Amino acid sequence: MKSHIEQEILDQIAGIDRRANNAESRFEISKVNRRQFLKITGSTASLAIGMQLVPKTALAFDPYPTGAEGMPHKTVTDPKVFVAIDADGTVTLTAHRSEMGTGSRTSVPMILADEMEADWSQVKIVQAEGDEPKYGNQDTDGSRSLRHYIQPMRQMGASVRYMLEQAAAVEWGTDASNVKASNHKVHMMGSDGNPTGESLGYGELAKVAMAMELPSFEMLTFKTDDEFRYLGKGETPIVDLHDITTGKARYGADYTTDGMKFAVVARPPVVGASVKSFDSSETLKIPGVESVVEIAGSMPPAKFAPLGGIAVVATNTWAAIKGREALKIEWSESLHDAYNTAAFTEQMRATAKKPGKVMRSVGDPDSAFANAKKVIAHEYYQPHMQHAQMEPLVAVADYKDGKLDIWAPVQSPYGARTDVATALGLKPEQVTVNVSLLGGGFGRKSKCDYVIEAAIVSKEIGAPVKLQWTREDDIKHGFYHTTSVERLEAAIDDNDKVIGWRHRSVSPTIFSTFMPDPGFTSGLEAGMGLVDTPIGVENMSIEAGEAKSHTRIGWFRAVSNIPRAWGVQSFIAELAHELGRDPKEMLLELIGPDRKIDPVAADMKELWNYGEPYEEFPNDTSRLRGVIELAAEKAGWGKTLPEGEALGIAAHRSFVTYVASVVKVKTASDGSISIPEVHTAVDCGFCVNPERVASQMEGAAVMGMTLAMYSGINYENGAVTNSNFHDYPVARISEYPKKVHTHIVKHPFSVHATGIGEPGVPPFAPALANAIFAATGNRLRDLPFGENVG
Amino acid sequence: MAISFKVNGEEQIFDGDPTMPVLWYVRDVLNLHGTKFGCGTGQCGACTVHVDGNATRGCLLSVDAVAGKEITTIEGLDSEGNHPVQKAWRAMNVPQCGYCQSGQIMSAAAFLSSTPKPTDDQIDQSMAGNICRCGCYQRIHEAVAMAATDTTEG
Repeated sequence: MKSHIEQEILDQIAGIDRRANNAESRFEISKVNRRQFLKITGSTASLAIGMQLVPKTALAFDPYPTGAEGMPHKTVTDPKVFVAIDADGTVTLTAHRSEMGTGSRTSVPMILADEMEADWSQVKIVQAEGDEPKYGNQDTDGSRSLRHYIQPMRQMGASVRYMLEQAAAVEWGTDASNVKASNHKVHMMGSDGNPTGESLGYGELAKVAMAMELPSFEMLTFKTDDEFRYLGKGETPIVDLHDITTGKARYGADYTTDGMKFAVVARPPVVGASVKSFDSSETLKIPGVESVVEIAGSMPPAKFAPLGGIAVVATNTWAAIKGREALKIEWSESLHDAYNTAAFTEQMRATAKKPGKVMRSVGDPDSAFANAKKVIAHEYYQPHMQHAQMEPLVAVADYKDGKLDIWAPVQSPYGARTDVATALGLKPEQVTVNVSLLGGGFGRKSKCDYVIEAAIVSKEIGAPVKLQWTREDDIKHGFYHTTSVERLEAAIDDNDKVIGWRHRSVSPTIFSTFMPDPGFTSGLEAGMGLVDTPIGVENMSIEAGEAKSHTRIGWFRAVSNIPRAWGVQSFIAELAHELGRDPKEMLLELIGPDRKIDPVAADMKELWNYGEPYEEFPNDTSRLRGVIELAAEKAGWGKTLPEGEALGIAAHRSFVTYVASVVKVKTASDGSISIPEVHTAVDCGFCVNPERVASQMEGAAVMGMTLAMYSGINYENGAVTNSNFHDYPVARISEYPKKVHTHIVKHPFSVHATGIGEPGVPPFAPALANAIFAATGNRLRDLPFGENVG
Repeated sequence: MAISFKVNGEEQIFDGDPTMPVLWYVRDVLNLHGTKFGCGTGQCGACTVHVDGNATRGCLLSVDAVAGKEITTIEGLDSEGNHPVQKAWRAMNVPQCGYCQSGQIMSAAAFLSSTPKPTDDQIDQSMAGNICRCGCYQRIHEAVAMAATDTTEG
């Protein structure tokens, strides 16, 4: 049986192939979907127009197709799955996506609550277990929880409101057109259109309403934008705020059951190595240690299978950690024993200088470069990185009588459920995955190797177990963000105009974790800032160079957009300098006139649009220009700054959201650098929760600064040399960007809402590097900057 | 030999491994889960507790070092969860994932009790031992400043 994520990857590979072969037919399919949707909504829209003379877009819920239809188990729109109403009026909404800090556990249910006219103070949130056939897709990644679920949530909210109104009409023996739901009550309306004063609470109506047959979509009415009570306001704190500040919020390690044991695992230092022999005699002498369990290893491509090793089981975590220190293990050799960061980086640089596999070609790039007055070329390096989420990996597993219960912080609860079932030879219905809060995820908790380990150990010892990773385990045994060299070349003509553009990306692919290593960045990764570039130069060549993987590569917040934005946005500022131009003007000129990039005409053979139908979520350069101009204006771009201060700018579209960052740096007399101010402009379509968008942009600036200044996972002889925060540092409060101002482009609901978890990250590092150059003349092309700055 | 001390006002006696860090003692033995494991090496501050009122990293502090002392965890900071720092944290909507926030709040509370009117630099220096990977620093700084005002006035 194929794992959930594996199936998704394979579907995406198939999708890319289909699109490459037949891009036009794909767009035709989208058009049919669109027409079908419009037909469905026609009646609602025209009814609404008859009532009020305002633009149609501001009135109706005008449904649109999204990539949700391409996800495993798609979406569910049955409100009886997501909503329960108690007789006392308490509305219980189910959050089916995982909460890792973006606020989705608040923002997604809030959409439903708003549409059903629930009073948020009477709403309770419960977390769904991993069950996609019941709830629809639960993969909390790709910045798509809100993008994919804003419409189903509205539909379910409208359905419940409809049923409550029908129930009240039955109760009063009147027609439903004479009643109206508002703020947790249904009101009797008088002939003058005002409430008569008679009302029934949602609790009183719950039993009858929730037993009703579900209305069809055509029967529903939807709120207009100006009727939203919570959406777009940013006045609703996250639901876990009080529990977090009082220590009551429950994360993965905060579950406990009777008879539970504690375990840590010694894992092979090099991916692909396994236990050759081991001696646990000293371990078993340590008070509290009860047993050791060998976990079978896995050979790449191992997907999310555990690395293997020896688990030490004890009566508390401390004893397990001490027991592991006393283990003597001989590890086998691995085919990745020769992986060395320095040598591999040199190899990537050499590859980047040679012609690569052409992924997109526009005009005649070879002639443009041959006829250029001069060619400007630079390379931009980015090392492997690790998520380093604050909560190290952990899972509680309880295997008993052929049933397995899991409590864990997982981004993909159903993926974990099916993968664990497969690993233990169980059926998914024998496994329950309960989802805790996630103490950060950033992509690491999409990969459930740690959950499988816990399940194996519980089954082996016949008792529940909490399997805890230490920080060192987390840093040394991750699924790492890929490393890359991005080479950018520009052909300049006699008038200092850029007439040719070449971007060659050399980067091991995520797909090497799932299949025999293809050796080139995939179409999916190329869709993250490589082939989908907004650059509009007449002659362009977008290429990939070969790079094999020697570790487990996985998603990291914003994925391949990080190296692509790093290369492209740094290079544009370099061009501006060499050609004597303003960096912002250079950026806008290279993007070119406002347009929705036509992927067929632009020869984007391997376009991956984050799984979204292109015509609904096009690459719209006017929106990219919009955020650039907004951030620049707010930051005072072009104004004279005091000595030692300077601005840098960068912009990037990722996950169909547009973000521009302007970073201000200040140099001190000792050469050190600080970041007094950042202006981030974001266009995420209709904005559900501006307050959480701001918090994500503030956090993205800190993570962007961390990866610019510090992050680099290094390998020697196949093993990661970093181990904890002293040699894999992250930014601290004493050095963070002091003030991040977030500016959100305002849109009505008709401009499709998109996600904000990831898109803030990619522009930050190049904006910072550009600011450092402007302030000091020091051009940084290798991440992290480390000792090279300040 | 049994070690005795107080946790959140309650007398405790422990006769297990005296080298067990207070972090694992409160989590695994007392089932007080508000104190978090982050790095195990005193670098991130997620495990911050008060020992006789001073902010201390629970992951490096063995149980035998707290004999006769008074430990306060996030659960014992304020019976209603309304310590000025907790209130400020909520007013500023500080948390994202929230995992590090127990430690942040415990550090801030101890800092403000010794430095009721801190400067901006003092806030940043005193809170620099607590990592937040989500990057809530801007709001942490503002919340500490806000709590300082509350403490001063109250």
